[in-house]
Amino acid sequence: MNIWLFMISCVLTNNFIFSKFLGCCPFLGVSSKVETAASMGIAVTFVMTIASLFAYMVNTWVLVPLQLEYMQTIAFILIIASLVQFVEMFLKKAMPALYSALGIYLPLITTNCAVLGVATLNVKEGYNLLFSVLNGTFSALGFLLAIVLMAGVRERLESSKIPECMKGFPISLVTAGLMAIAFMGFNGLV
Amino acid sequence: MSEKKANLGKVFMNGVITENPTFRLVLGTCPTLAVTTSAINGAGMGAAATFVLLGSNIVISALRKVIPDKVRIPCFIVVICMFVTIIQLVMQAFLPSLYESLGIFLPLIVVNCIILGRAEAFASKNPVVASAVDGIGMGLGFTLALTLIGCIRELAGNGSIFGINVLGTAYQPMLLMILPAGGFLVYGLLLGIINALTNRKKGAAKA
Repeated sequence: MNIWLFMISCVLTNNFIFSKFLGCCPFLGVSSKVETAASMGIAVTFVMTIASLFAYMVNTWVLVPLQLEYMQTIAFILIIASLVQFVEMFLKKAMPALYSALGIYLPLITTNCAVLGVATLNVKEGYNLLFSVLNGTFSALGFLLAIVLMAGVRERLESSKIPECMKGFPISLVTAGLMAIAFMGFNGLV
Repeated sequence: MSEKKANLGKVFMNGVITENPTFRLVLGTCPTLAVTTSAINGAGMGAAATFVLLGSNIVISALRKVIPDKVRIPCFIVVICMFVTIIQLVMQAFLPSLYESLGIFLPLIVVNCIILGRAEAFASKNPVVASAVDGIGMGLGFTLALTLIGCIRELAGNGSIFGINVLGTAYQPMLLMILPAGGFLVYGLLLGIINALTNRKKGAAKA
C-alpha cells in the first residue's frame, strides 16, 4: 500500500474513535476542555508510537519463535504498563514541564484500549515494523484530532441550552455521532 | 441468615439496575459501541465480559489479603488477562463465527474499565461470595444493556432481531444505524431517555 495513503487513512478514514471505537473512554471522559484534551492526545501519541514498536519487536522476535502467541494479550499489556511507567519516570527527569502538563493522564493511558488495540491490530493485519510504527503514530494523531475537536464542541455546549435529561454524557454521545457522520465524508479520499 | 441473603440480593440488583455499568456509570463504552451492530454480538460480548468479571472478582477477592497494596493494579491486570485468554481460546474453539465478529474487542476486555473498576472498588474489599454475586450482577447488567442496544441497532439497520427478519422485506433498512455513527446516536439517545425517566420518578417521589 502507498505509504502516504496509509498515513492519511489512519488519521481520517480509519479514525480510531469514529470508525473503530478505540479509546472512547478518555474521548468522553477527558474532553471537557481543549487544553487537557490536547495534553491527553499528545501523551497517547507518545505512548502509542513506542508501544507499537516494542509490541512488534516482542511479538516477532520472542513470542512467534517460541510459539507463545496465545500469551500475546498478557505480554502486550505488560509491555504497555511498564512503558507507561518508564515514560513517566523519563519525563519527570528530562522534561519536567511536559511531565507536569500531562500530569495524571499518563498512568490512565495503561487502560486506554487504543494502545492495546493498536498493538493487537498490527499483529492481526500482519504489518511490518515500519507500518506498525506508522500505524501507531498516525492513528494516535487521529485520536488527538478527534479529542481536540470534541473538546472544542463541548466547550461551546456548556453555554447552550439543552434539555436537563440530555446534559453530560447523552449530549456528548449524540455530538460524537454527528461528528462520526461528518468523518464518513472522508471515505472518498482514499 | 435472611439478612445476609437480602444483602446479596441487593448487591446483585445493584449491578443490574442501580449501578448499571452501561447506563448509570457509563463505563466500558468502547465495546458497548463497537460490538452492538447486532443483538447476538451484544449478547456474546456481554457473556464473555460476565465470565471474566466473575472469574476475576472471585480470584482477586480470594487473594485480597495476599496482594500488596502498592502493586495491586498490575496484579489485577494479570488476573483479568488470564481469564480473557481463557475465554478467547474457548470461543475460538467452540464459537468461531462469534470470535470473528467480536474481533479485537475480545482481547480488549482486559482494558475494559468495568472489570478493573469492580476489582478495585468491590472485590479487593469484600469476601468471595459477595464478590462473585457482584460480578454476576454487573455482568448481567452489562449484557442486558448491550443486548438492548444491539436489538435497537439491528432492528433499525437490518430489520431483524437475533438474525430473524421481523419487519418484512418491504422495510428499507437505515444503514446508518449499523455504521459507527449510529452506535453513538442510539447510545446517547437511550441514555437521555433513561435520565428523563429517572428524573420523572424522582420528581414524583418528591411530590
